[in-house]
Amino acid sequence: MNQNPYDQLKEIRSLMERSTRFVSLSGWTGVMAGVYSLIGASAAYYVIFKMNFPADDLPQRAEKYDPGRAVNYNYSHGLDDLLSDKNLLLAGIAILVILFSAGTALYQSSVKARMQGVRLWNSTTRRLFVQLIIPLAAGGIFCIALLFYGNAGLIAPAMLVFYGLALLNGSKYTLKEFHSLALCEIALGLISLFFIGYGLYFWAIGFGILHIIYGILMQKRYK
Amino acid sequence: MSIIDGLNKNFENRVRLGLMSVLMVNDWVDFTDMKELLNVTDGNLASHSSALEKVEYIEVKKEFVGKKPRTSYRVTQKGRETFQQHLKALEKLLAS
Repeated sequence: MNQNPYDQLKEIRSLMERSTRFVSLSGWTGVMAGVYSLIGASAAYYVIFKMNFPADDLPQRAEKYDPGRAVNYNYSHGLDDLLSDKNLLLAGIAILVILFSAGTALYQSSVKARMQGVRLWNSTTRRLFVQLIIPLAAGGIFCIALLFYGNAGLIAPAMLVFYGLALLNGSKYTLKEFHSLALCEIALGLISLFFIGYGLYFWAIGFGILHIIYGILMQKRYK
Repeated sequence: MSIIDGLNKNFENRVRLGLMSVLMVNDWVDFTDMKELLNVTDGNLASHSSALEKVEYIEVKKEFVGKKPRTSYRVTQKGRETFQQHLKALEKLLAS
């Protein structure tokens, strides 16, 4: 082999990186996910603070949607409350944000993977997916339970913390920036625990602003 | 002592070097993933992997997933130690 040792070592290192980390990620995915989140948060703001839900006005139910109440021990809340019009609307918004973000990620990554000449679905992406999905699924069920017991105020902190933990878990299989993004999300979620009632704003910062900042950062760095 | 002491002849090839690099940081890696990572043809990968298997630096597993055969590779303890020596020799060469 006519390669000098420097080039050889460089190639060895690059192969070790490429075979363990999923790098076909575009910064634009982050920016777009952030934009969808901000639109979703605005829609949720409208639903929570501007729309009128007759059920909320009944005296025995009025306090339940008070976002300032972190813990509501009235366990008579149940399926009816979980599936109230307001919750279904908010869940619909959340699902739309997730679908659009996932769709964008899938599209952008497949374009980038093709450019780099690798398959999108290989052992690295499989590993990354498993690492992400377990904390995310746990977080999803956790949030449904919170809603079930009428603790809407804890949902934004829980989403941020679980999302951050999922990213932290997956960060060793993808770009290293995910590690610090994960820490930011967790910190933000923990801080928001002490500002119940402002969950939506924290949510918009964590899922909107942070994604846009990191997206731009990664777009600049990895082009 | 010669300067190329420790450099292993078995790794004097881009594909073999690449194969070992990938296996050092992964558990089982299948044929298709490996082919893609190294950017080589089927035949090329097959001949180099069997050469490495012959000297017992890697382990080859053949199994069926449904009706499709799948070949996967894993580094052996011997391969790991030899490759590390090779890396050290390369670094020494670079430092001199």
